[in-house]
Amino acid sequence: MGSKPIEGERKVFMTGNEAVAWAALAAGADIMYGYPITPQNEIMQYWTRLGPKYNKKFLQTEDELSAGFTTIGGVLAGRRAFTATAGPGNVLMQEPMSMAEAMRIPTVVVIQQRGGPSTATVIYSQQEVTLTCFGGNGEGLRVVYSTSSHQDLFDYTIKAFNTAWKYRFPTFVLSDGYQAKMRESVVIYDPEARGIRMVPTEPFLGKAGTPGEDRPAAHLRNTYNIEEELLEVLSKDIEEYERVAPEIIEYDAYNTENADLLVIAHGVVFRSAAMAVKELANQGYKIGYFRPITLRPFPREQLRQAAQQAKQLLVVESAYGQLLKIVQDNLYGLNVPIKTLLRPGVGITPEEIAEKAKALLAGKEA
Amino acid sequence: MEAKQILPKMPKSWNPASKPHKFCPGCGHGLVLKALGQVIDELNIQDRVVFGCDIGCSLLSWDFFNVDTVQTHHGRTTPVIVGIKRANPELITIAYMGDGGGYAIGSQHLVNAANRNDNITAILVNNTVYAMTGGQMAPTTMPDQKTETTPYGRDIKETGYPMLGPEMVAAIAHEGAYVARGSIAKFRQLKTFIKKAIENQMAGRGFSFVEALSTCPTNWRTNAEKTWDFVENIMPQYFPIGEYKVPGGKEE
Repeated sequence: MGSKPIEGERKVFMTGNEAVAWAALAAGADIMYGYPITPQNEIMQYWTRLGPKYNKKFLQTEDELSAGFTTIGGVLAGRRAFTATAGPGNVLMQEPMSMAEAMRIPTVVVIQQRGGPSTATVIYSQQEVTLTCFGGNGEGLRVVYSTSSHQDLFDYTIKAFNTAWKYRFPTFVLSDGYQAKMRESVVIYDPEARGIRMVPTEPFLGKAGTPGEDRPAAHLRNTYNIEEELLEVLSKDIEEYERVAPEIIEYDAYNTENADLLVIAHGVVFRSAAMAVKELANQGYKIGYFRPITLRPFPREQLRQAAQQAKQLLVVESAYGQLLKIVQDNLYGLNVPIKTLLRPGVGITPEEIAEKAKALLAGKEA
Repeated sequence: MEAKQILPKMPKSWNPASKPHKFCPGCGHGLVLKALGQVIDELNIQDRVVFGCDIGCSLLSWDFFNVDTVQTHHGRTTPVIVGIKRANPELITIAYMGDGGGYAIGSQHLVNAANRNDNITAILVNNTVYAMTGGQMAPTTMPDQKTETTPYGRDIKETGYPMLGPEMVAAIAHEGAYVARGSIAKFRQLKTFIKKAIENQMAGRGFSFVEALSTCPTNWRTNAEKTWDFVENIMPQYFPIGEYKVPGGKEE
């Protein structure tokens, strides 16, 4: 068996969950901890098939609390550790990820969004945006990549490990059931062959030497006695998060100059939006799009720049205003009208977006 | 002339900078951690131990030792320690928790780690109350015992019986596991149990679990005499002391 799971690169046709498992392997992930929930199950299933060939480990835990906390343990031991979940599992995952946030533990979590609230559907939604960006009893000091294709899933799963270990904020790959389950073409590759250097890992606990003699003991905690002590830690973390945000932020934009309509969408819905926008632009409409790739930190200045040139905005998402709230927050003070196409828990086609866009461009819809 | 100070002998693995420790006067945690510290010294494993502590009073041990330590969430020390051990089996990993953390909010983790025979050591301090939060009923509160949420005494018809942790763990644990209940009132025996538990992990035999009967005079609202009587005489009536599972089956 070769030492590298992927030599060079090759084009394959696979599900998104499979692409995630291959990406984690390619990124040199050491161990996955996970609990079954649809639609992310095949990530574990492929990992447990591929992993043993490369001495990779897996632990199936008793629930997502345990999956998250064991992942934290794996990271503390200095390993590239990750987990994956969805829906109600993502709700439970917020407890461990709030600890990861508090202690700057570089966990990687892949979220395959399903319908919500509660059990809802196992199929698809974009309703875990608020939860993934701001879940937990904290300030949302985390990185959230919203993928829109299998290539994104592969690329950003690799990138998530590097972002997490470089900046030490918990990092999420936010995808959905459509991307998880459908098959499409994707180029999988050895990161090194693309010039991507994996950020090295190091143990937080169990370093060489005797604590108290050769080195100070690691005393890691998330509890503080007084308010000011907490504020000091949080201020430092917030300052660092804001300082590195410009390096982390990613977005995609098209035709934003003086657009009559700027469509804002993320994830798989962005693909429908892009198709609709390009079709209408080809027909001569002054229409563009803006896609935040990082939902946390959010490309605030870039969106403001595009939005203030637009006559109106259209936010499209498979949720009832979760991206919308983030957009409104980031555009505060601009008086460009924001229109919406909100379909919680269901997919949105390019035709639906084009129809809505045309109505708005014709001034037929308020 | 300087006053002559008599310093108590501390285990080498203790962190002198955090002493005197932060537990209440009369609390049993210090004794359990003393036993653990002596065991770490005797086994000469200070450089290999990773200690995890839970929420509740046990969190006050986050800087107790000169060993690498992580303080986690309520009930979640077991999975964090499992995750560490799975990722780096060279480490000797100890999960330290109270009865609430182990038997209530984190009971699924204790049960499943025991059933998987995860090669870690869990030490659970049973003082019959949620102490850090002010003395509410715990899974281990004794029948008729008064707490802040059972002000008229624990009515077992309403609230169930105290959780028998080592009995449960021994029932589900597999060959190779070590399970015992000790007491701070029998220090040397408690230390022996903790030592055997950690040696069990070092031998790679699997899950080891020690419950330590302990004191909480602050929340029991007892004086020294009554505190000691409760832990020495009353608690063992419901929580029998001894070994519940020993590899090879030779319980003490």
